[in-house]
Amino acid sequence: MTKTLIIDGKTIEVDDDLTVFQACELAGSEIPRFCYHERLSIAGNCRMCLVEISGAPKLIASCAMSVSDMPPSRDGSLQEVKTKTEKVRKAREGVMEFLLINHPLDCPICDQGGECDLQDQAMAFGLGGSRYEENKRAVEEKNIGPLIKTVMTRCIHCTRCVRFMTEIAGVEELGLSGRGEDAEITTYLQRGILSEMSANVVDLCPVGALTHRPWAHAARPWELQKTETIDVMDGVGSAIRVDTRWREVMRILPRNNDVVNEEWISDKTRYVCDGLKSQRLDNPYLRIDGKLRPVSWDEALGAIATRLKSAEPSRVGALAGDLCGAEEMFALKSLMDQLGVKSIDCRAPYEALDPSYGRASYLFNSLIEGIDHADAILLVGTNPRLEAAVLNSRIRGRWTHGGLEVGLVGEPVDLTYAYEDLGRGPKELAEIARGSHPFAEKLRRAQAPMVIVGSGGFTRKDGEAVLGLCAQIAKMACEGSDPAWQAFNVLHAVAGRVAGLDLGFVPSEGGFDTSSLLAKTNSGALEVLYLLGVDEFSGKADSDTFVIYQGSHGDRGAHWADVVLPGSAYTEKSATYVNTEGRVQIGSRAVYPPGEAKEDWKIVRALCEHVGQVLPFNTLSELRSKMYKLVPHFAHVDEVELADQSGVEKLAAVSRSCDSDAFLGGVQDFYFTNPIARSSKIMAQMSELNLRMKNKGTRVAAE
Amino acid sequence: MLQDKDRIFLNLYGFHDAGLSGARVRGAWDNTKALIEKGHDWIIGEVKKSGLRGRGGAGFPTGLKWSFMPKDDPRPSYLVINADESEPGSCKDREILRHDPHLLIEGALLASFAMRAHTCYIYFRGEFIREREAFQRAVDEAYEARLIGQGNVHGWDLDLFVHHGAGAYICGEETALLESLEGRKGQPRLKPPFPAGCGLYGAPTTVNNVESIAVVPDILRRGGSWFAKLGKANNTGTKLFQISGHVEQPCVVEEEMAIPLRELIEKHAGGVRGGWDNLLTVIPGGSSVACLPTDVCGEITMDFDALSAAKSGLGTAAVIVMDKSTDIVKAIARISYFYKHESCGQCTPCREGTGWMWRVMERMAQGRAQKSEIDLLLKVSKQVEGQTICALGDAAAWPVQGLIRNFRHVIEERIDSYQAKSKSAQGDMDRAEFIEAAE
Repeated sequence: MTKTLIIDGKTIEVDDDLTVFQACELAGSEIPRFCYHERLSIAGNCRMCLVEISGAPKLIASCAMSVSDMPPSRDGSLQEVKTKTEKVRKAREGVMEFLLINHPLDCPICDQGGECDLQDQAMAFGLGGSRYEENKRAVEEKNIGPLIKTVMTRCIHCTRCVRFMTEIAGVEELGLSGRGEDAEITTYLQRGILSEMSANVVDLCPVGALTHRPWAHAARPWELQKTETIDVMDGVGSAIRVDTRWREVMRILPRNNDVVNEEWISDKTRYVCDGLKSQRLDNPYLRIDGKLRPVSWDEALGAIATRLKSAEPSRVGALAGDLCGAEEMFALKSLMDQLGVKSIDCRAPYEALDPSYGRASYLFNSLIEGIDHADAILLVGTNPRLEAAVLNSRIRGRWTHGGLEVGLVGEPVDLTYAYEDLGRGPKELAEIARGSHPFAEKLRRAQAPMVIVGSGGFTRKDGEAVLGLCAQIAKMACEGSDPAWQAFNVLHAVAGRVAGLDLGFVPSEGGFDTSSLLAKTNSGALEVLYLLGVDEFSGKADSDTFVIYQGSHGDRGAHWADVVLPGSAYTEKSATYVNTEGRVQIGSRAVYPPGEAKEDWKIVRALCEHVGQVLPFNTLSELRSKMYKLVPHFAHVDEVELADQSGVEKLAAVSRSCDSDAFLGGVQDFYFTNPIARSSKIMAQMSELNLRMKNKGTRVAAE
Repeated sequence: MLQDKDRIFLNLYGFHDAGLSGARVRGAWDNTKALIEKGHDWIIGEVKKSGLRGRGGAGFPTGLKWSFMPKDDPRPSYLVINADESEPGSCKDREILRHDPHLLIEGALLASFAMRAHTCYIYFRGEFIREREAFQRAVDEAYEARLIGQGNVHGWDLDLFVHHGAGAYICGEETALLESLEGRKGQPRLKPPFPAGCGLYGAPTTVNNVESIAVVPDILRRGGSWFAKLGKANNTGTKLFQISGHVEQPCVVEEEMAIPLRELIEKHAGGVRGGWDNLLTVIPGGSSVACLPTDVCGEITMDFDALSAAKSGLGTAAVIVMDKSTDIVKAIARISYFYKHESCGQCTPCREGTGWMWRVMERMAQGRAQKSEIDLLLKVSKQVEGQTICALGDAAAWPVQGLIRNFRHVIEERIDSYQAKSKSAQGDMDRAEFIEAAE
């Protein structure tokens, strides 16, 4: 229902389930706030948003009053909200003064300086000086792990961090203890925060009480160049902002994207940036007499060309890794096609996704936004908390609203919400598919059911059969519900996969897939193997195969290569990524790659000249226009091209037998999932801390 | 003056048997079933007619409050009785709980029936250990005699639970009480929603003071008009007054509403220590209301309207009498400390303001302040008042405002004498230094 109000003299019609605060924002009257945050529950404790409402004797906290609860006016006239009166101004000044009396005013040494709500609002709504002459309160520091630095004396008790941790991260670690002036935000037992989402509290903190420890005192916000781009730490494709100073990435912050990550990112996404500075490949290397030695680009590319030209196309293979952008995969695929090479693959060994079934067979068809409407979710062989932390929080958000049944077939883990443990492996999955399991009934009854299968389910020898079962369950669950609703979802843990599958970076007729290529490499049956950022698996370094590694970090891939071509990391190139939903997003370059390193598509383009196979593009835009011809939906940036659901039907028709092995989680160590993370000191610290706590059984904060 | 026939609390001093048989002798549980048979609306109507205003301090009409409870709601309804009597000066509820518990239990049954509640919680103040034990005995008796409980003789199932708090003043605030009762930290909730719409466990709830509930059986038995005839218009009935401080005989006494303050003190408490002329001030309603100037004390009547017109309040009718030996600045500073200590810390003005006010008050008690700070203190108290989630902010501000309004000259004199003293001390020191240097 709508209601007409007068806000600061402006007549406006608003939904009556909005708060007065939101109505004022709609009317263009800005209201200062500290505790209010649109994605958290309402606390109403800072008292900064007080407004005058006609008929109410006292000022009202506008964030906590809904329009429908406003006191009716006696004479039936329109209710009026005033935000600019003397009374309101006085009240704001009063609250501001109270907030500042015990705030240390150490802005010159505070990392929040320049992006501090308290600072900004003190300028806008505060008094010029202080009338407080007593001693200020001092609060002991709290140790909440290596990621978050605390200066609790600065805390203004807005409790945003407490609400985030309990409501969204789902870890009851932070709380307000004590009362009155002695109230403090604390971890209940001084345990380190062990949530994958913990550092979002720093973004939420309106003052400098919680700041980022890894980049403490490193830079001021106004010195930083800000680049909006896309994260590649998982398959979600969170919107991020990369802040750089000169050639260095200083920090990574989330951007708002309601349909993907809302405004949260995982700790890995945020703190991986120090990994961009270490273990970098900044020069081409060639293995000479068993040792990798620095060489010039010409020497390196020349050596590759010699091997490629002499090799039989059927004895050449090319693999693309987890962090690859679509552009470089397209370039490499074009080159391999021209050479007549059929053995190309972008999948992990035994990953059973097959683009020949159609896009729907490997996408998150319900969409991430769809989670908000789901009423039953079956998780298969996945631990979304580690594979897609932001997505897991979204499931939790939906779960906290009630009316959601979650079942899990796979490793039992703490997902931050309650779920039904349905079993470990394909046996139970088959029971659900047959309908003989009680959870099948729940899925069938659901209006918006979801089946989410993770890499633990489809990356195994019987992966295709598992996918088939999941598709059957999804089909069964959808019977009778809205025909537009899609229940079958593949949760990719990596950023590059969907683009690779969309491009058809898979073996063509007669080609070999990843696992066969690896076996052939190890036996020396392959002449040349081209690795485009492949670091998650490796083969024998001493085989006769000539292994080319192109990538950004000296990680596993570089170790067994015969030639190393220094590429660029995701912050150093403009590349297209397609997230697990099939959403096409383009990342931007924030800094240049280090040393001799180049953008990846350019390396492939340079190589083709040496090989004598000229690719038909010279610039990125030419490459993209060629790529859009092959995959038209890549041109629809930020959108999801809905996939034809016949793919799921075809998948459901697959009838193969499954093993009895239990599903394993797709991600074993959250902090070490890719070469950038493995090069990061902070990720190493977190991984070690996690392991230590797991082994000890108790949680202690790490120094 | 209240006549004996109109008295409700016949065992206020514990001279008689507090148990069920004693209570029955005094008229409790007398044909309660007949009252219940008259129906929900009749009870609420009678309570409305009686003009009973909530005895917990705010003075909201009880019958009206009950009528806010939804009639056909699928959720259960709850009656919660607030026995978290923590206001400094107040000591009436404990007398009811110890000595007349059956009045409360019977009232709980009738009120629960009126509001269609089958569950009633009584939230005890943490320090009330013996009171809880005494009350629990009475509850057990009532269960045993099937006066309450499932399938009781009155035909309205009622389970009555005694819950013991942990001793926080803020848990006497109705929504903080509900939070505490639910097992969470006692911090007030935002209103709206009000408890009648969404209270305990999200269900319709009414929170009433012990005294408000304990007088209900008598109102129903004797009729709302009987109660309404006592006292004066809009401030009806009898009231338990608690007189403490500098009087000859501090006491708790049941009196008619709107009794003159002077009569109350002189008739029941043996008068002010050293005679009426030795009176400095009276805090008429517990520590949270403003003190009264001496001349007003002689004329004022003890009721909600008269006291709020005098910029104070009836509160819980805890009369704190102070004679001229009192250091009034220090006394209010102590009250400020209490509110600083009991502030829950949830919302900004109260969390920060109570500490600020207390610190300034402490300095003023010594005289170690500037006269300009008196106005500053007043402004700070106004910045707290009315801007907080619950009424604790108001309760912390009013005593300070009362002090400044009525005893500003005392603070100023204190400051002057402190400055004079420190000046002469300074002079002595200068001379000593001078002598030392000369030698």
